[in-house]
Amino acid sequence: MSEELIRLSDLTVTFEDGETILDHINLYIRNKEFLTLLGPSGCGKTTTLRIIGGFLTPTSGDVFFNGKRINDVPPYERTINTVFQKYALFPHLDVYDNIAFGLRLAKLSEDEVDERVTQMLEIVSLKGFENRNVSSLSGGQQQRVAIARALVNRPQVLLLDEPLGALDLRLRKDMQNELKSIQQQTGITFVYVTHDQEEALSMSDIVVVMDKGKIQQIGTPQDIYNEPKNAFVADFIGESNILDGVMLEDCLVKFFGRKFVCVDKGFEKDEPVDVVIRPEDVDIVPAEEGHLSGTVTSVTFKGVHYDTIVDFKGFKWLIQTTDFYPVGSFIGIRLNPEDIHIMHKSEYSGLYGDYSSYSAEYDEIADAAEDGEDEE
Amino acid sequence: MRNKLLAAPYIVWMALFIVVPLGIVVYYALTDSITGQFTLSNLTGMGAYLSIFLRSIWLSLFAALICLVIGYPVAYFISQCSASRQRFLQMLIMLPMCMSFLLRTLAWVAMLEDTGIFNTFLSHLGIAPLPLIRTSGAVILGMVYNYLPYMILPLLSVMSKLDPRLIEAAADLGCPPSKVFSKVILPLSYPGILSGLTMVFVPAVSTFYISQKLGSTGTTLIGDVIESQFKTAYNPNLGAAMSLVLMILIFACVSIMNRFGESGDEEVMAKV
Repeated sequence: MSEELIRLSDLTVTFEDGETILDHINLYIRNKEFLTLLGPSGCGKTTTLRIIGGFLTPTSGDVFFNGKRINDVPPYERTINTVFQKYALFPHLDVYDNIAFGLRLAKLSEDEVDERVTQMLEIVSLKGFENRNVSSLSGGQQQRVAIARALVNRPQVLLLDEPLGALDLRLRKDMQNELKSIQQQTGITFVYVTHDQEEALSMSDIVVVMDKGKIQQIGTPQDIYNEPKNAFVADFIGESNILDGVMLEDCLVKFFGRKFVCVDKGFEKDEPVDVVIRPEDVDIVPAEEGHLSGTVTSVTFKGVHYDTIVDFKGFKWLIQTTDFYPVGSFIGIRLNPEDIHIMHKSEYSGLYGDYSSYSAEYDEIADAAEDGEDEE
Repeated sequence: MRNKLLAAPYIVWMALFIVVPLGIVVYYALTDSITGQFTLSNLTGMGAYLSIFLRSIWLSLFAALICLVIGYPVAYFISQCSASRQRFLQMLIMLPMCMSFLLRTLAWVAMLEDTGIFNTFLSHLGIAPLPLIRTSGAVILGMVYNYLPYMILPLLSVMSKLDPRLIEAAADLGCPPSKVFSKVILPLSYPGILSGLTMVFVPAVSTFYISQKLGSTGTTLIGDVIESQFKTAYNPNLGAAMSLVLMILIFACVSIMNRFGESGDEEVMAKV
């Protein structure tokens, strides 16, 4: 990773009706980085992207590019290109002319245009589609044209607004890999917007988790997953059991009336905290050997593992295990110190991480809520 | 199967009131007015009216182009308004169409006459009356006034569907606002331009009332000649032949226009 390329300094966007879309956003993006803005719809991620692209002026705050303030630089003068959410390809132009659009505006010679368009068609595997009408292409192909049309201009930054949102699962996975390898080949800085946490984790160098117009956490995918900053991040990224606890001293936390050794430090003595236990980190043991014991109330087969819901004194946990424990069995669990993650209390405490109202469709419900909603 | 059934009333209608009358026109065009024998003389005698045919085409093309020049900016302006504003403005555009076509044209006569509103006003200023009425200009004016909504409405329907993200995409790719029009907006409105031109040209080229009221013997259009064959010259066979030729000419003109916009073909033909 190298030097800083874009800096967003104290960005705020407020609509006339007083609604706050972005609330004091501070963020820097390094050159050649793959940075993802991740969050549910309405969290402000697309707004942030539109400010970087120049389509929206922040109510207050500054955007710096290479150290220069670019608030007032219009989009057509920025060395930034965008892959739009539903591609926004020009229907009156064929594939070739769509890709050549930016190069011709830059007044490149037709020879050079041809060379670069041809090279780009090869990168996105659309050779032979030059003269096709864009509306005759499949979603995946249109997507590639949109990427080619942006990348052919060799921008310093490529902005991608949920580019894979309209594709089916399989094509999505392929395109994720392809995008990542294009980014590595070209060395262009990618700023990627998505609400899909899996996509964010598997592609990004840096993930920025947003909610309610605020940045909740910035970090590498590992950081974000392993050390979520608050209950929102813990719940949005993967599945989490979130419990109330009290930090007795460094590396010692009390919850469910028991003391557990953990690896977190730097909390105040007797500070109330949120304790995160990832469902896959829990070891199931015979009831009498466990730190805690409870009754299995529901089991769902998920392919690789079983989603097992266990009732501990009225609080239900989600545990993911490759072993099958039938409903009604009485089991114990053990927690290793590194399986216990401690977070400060936040406005999100108590809102997430309780599986008491668990249904097997929790994934689908969460996804459906995200689908088909544009921001703004 | 059910879809086909739904189209049945229209097919019957078409057969009764389009195909059958067309057959009658063709029959009349190819028969002699007195003997009723088959003849081509109605069609071969058409050469005498060549200049009138050309004048009709020329004046209506000119009117269609003026409609485009006036209508395009109006349509673009309306398309940029909010939805409720668009509905209101669209209603204003259509309002004159709710009034009688004859009345609208007669109103222009009252304005353009030698003793009409404009010339009365000019004479008060001490300026000699201008020859406003009975000119080609007056005929074109009448056409533009009457058919302008047919230009604006198809343009508007294309422009209001224009995706604002395409304009953003153009800007994103380095297109300054001055070029967005020629690079994106204009090419995307070609289908609207073509159907607008067609919608104005076709009724204008066959009109007779406008030229009768606002023109003179020097601006007689083919529509006038056809009318006179039926009403005063009592030669419906020649009139039918003229109608047939006019129809063929209109098809020729429309298909030439369609050449200019490859993608808009079906759309224009569909609206004729």
